[in-house]
Amino acid sequence: MRGQGIWLRGISGFGMAFLYLPIIVLVVFSFNASRLSATWQGFSWHWYGVLWHDEALLAAAANSLWVAALSTSLVVLLGVPAAMGLERLRGRGRQALDTIFLLPLVLPEVMMGVALLLFFVMIQWPLSLATVVVGHAAFNLPVVIVMVRARLQKLDPRLEEAASDLGASAWQTFYRVTWPLVRPAVLGAALLAFTVSLDDFIVTFFVAGPGATTLPLRVYSMIKSGLSPEINALSSVLVLASMGLVGLSFVFQRR
Amino acid sequence: MADLSIDIRALVKRHGATLAVDHVSLQISRGEFFSLLGPSGAGKTSLLRMLAGFETPDAGDILIDGRSMAGVPPNRRPVNLVFQSYALFPHMTVAENVAFGLEMQRVPHGEIVERVGATLELVRLSDKRDRLPGQLSGGEQQRVALARALVNRPAVVLLDEPLAALDQQLRQQMQTELKTIQAQVGLTFVCVTHHQEEALALSDRLAVMQQGRVMQVGRPEDLYERPENLFVARFVGVSNEISGTLADVQAGEGTLMPSDVSPSRGIRVAVPAGLQSGIPVVMTVRPERIRITPGHVADGGANCLQGVVETMRYIGSEWQGVVRIGPSVRWTIHASNAASGSRPVAVGAPVSLQWNSADGVVIPLT
Repeated sequence: MRGQGIWLRGISGFGMAFLYLPIIVLVVFSFNASRLSATWQGFSWHWYGVLWHDEALLAAAANSLWVAALSTSLVVLLGVPAAMGLERLRGRGRQALDTIFLLPLVLPEVMMGVALLLFFVMIQWPLSLATVVVGHAAFNLPVVIVMVRARLQKLDPRLEEAASDLGASAWQTFYRVTWPLVRPAVLGAALLAFTVSLDDFIVTFFVAGPGATTLPLRVYSMIKSGLSPEINALSSVLVLASMGLVGLSFVFQRR
Repeated sequence: MADLSIDIRALVKRHGATLAVDHVSLQISRGEFFSLLGPSGAGKTSLLRMLAGFETPDAGDILIDGRSMAGVPPNRRPVNLVFQSYALFPHMTVAENVAFGLEMQRVPHGEIVERVGATLELVRLSDKRDRLPGQLSGGEQQRVALARALVNRPAVVLLDEPLAALDQQLRQQMQTELKTIQAQVGLTFVCVTHHQEEALALSDRLAVMQQGRVMQVGRPEDLYERPENLFVARFVGVSNEISGTLADVQAGEGTLMPSDVSPSRGIRVAVPAGLQSGIPVVMTVRPERIRITPGHVADGGANCLQGVVETMRYIGSEWQGVVRIGPSVRWTIHASNAASGSRPVAVGAPVSLQWNSADGVVIPLT
């Protein structure tokens, strides 16, 4: 038993290292005083200063935040009613609709990007930040639906009956009973969608118009012109922000 | 009935091909504690849900305080339901749960505070008003659910298996409490239960249901002492039966000629009006109405059957035994333990069973 424990610990330790070592290296080297990413020359906040004054990068960051905020609002507004509708649906249509709504989760993202691009071209919607918003909403919608439905399924259907029995209209029942109980799941789903949108590269790459540069796109173009520790610093900030948002999302899910 | 609270008229509800509720008509008076008793699938829950407005009847009508409930949604009905699972709002405190109905009715804030306080006092939960339902015991949750209905002073309080989720001891305590509270508030209570003892203990009157039909309506003692059919006889209490045909019917009395046991002569029975000689019937006797004596006794006016004791168990207040009186007829007897040290008879011993002819209830076989 003891030997087994050591083995298990070793394997999971290796797994953790595999996942997180590159990120740790990335964060450590963001504090490197050297111009070169590969050699350590002492601690410095220098690259965070550079980052803070990089206008193009800040503009891209602002774009990313806008896109994330708008696409998240969109998926919540569409996803919550859709989840409630699907939950109420009975009979044969339900299975089919379920699959249709969840398929994008397993679709390769490249396909999703190509499909969206072709769609926008077809309906002659010029590529811009708006198309990025719509694109992000498209792949985040199933995520929100899945998470909100998981919560709705755990809800006792008698609660809505009880509210109605006590004189509440359909709207009052939703506002006073259903919504407060699904709100944590909606907040969690929204935070996750926000994070995914903030980090997305592939779909954005396909559907972003000229000048509609988001943070991941900007990072990619910076790497093409040579690695700078500024990217390490930027990545460290992104890692921290993502972890914070995902952590917050879990907190809401737990409630 | 002058003061009618609920008038159910030929109500029908179909679930697919089966008739869940089959032309049920019931009248319930104001302030009455009325129970719907029956095994699962008897249609009592469907009936309750139609009263609450969650299900729509396929035919017939429900009148509450003289007003038809056809097309009236649950939130506009003068009834409140206490759910079997309680269905308390988990994100609201006890006081908020109880205040919910009043807020929906737009009762002024001051009055809400006052009525919620008084109702929590009634169910003895004033000290728990700021707790969440998850922090309460089963019995306390039950009382919150009751308070949440009572506070609205509805025309009718509906209870769906109100005590089913409680353990035995709490159940008996809550039975008493429920009855006391109902007497205090004076509202009409309609209670669904499959637990016959509970229904007898709580109700002013009850309806026994089976397969969507009402088998008998009456006071608890009517149902127990004068069951009108075998289903009621067997479902409400234990039924000891002998089948046979009636003979010598005269002035409300007659003789039962048994077909499955062989007593020395026929059994004297009281015969309900309308039954004549020659028709097949079943006579049923309650276990505690039977006297058990060792050996063979010469009967002194009462009915007497000979048998052999098969089992005898001691439960403290009484002895409960099974006596075989015919090739395939067994009777259950409950012998009081009123006299100390009285062990009635040993297993395997021959005994005589005696009962007064008035205690045998004759039910025609149809």
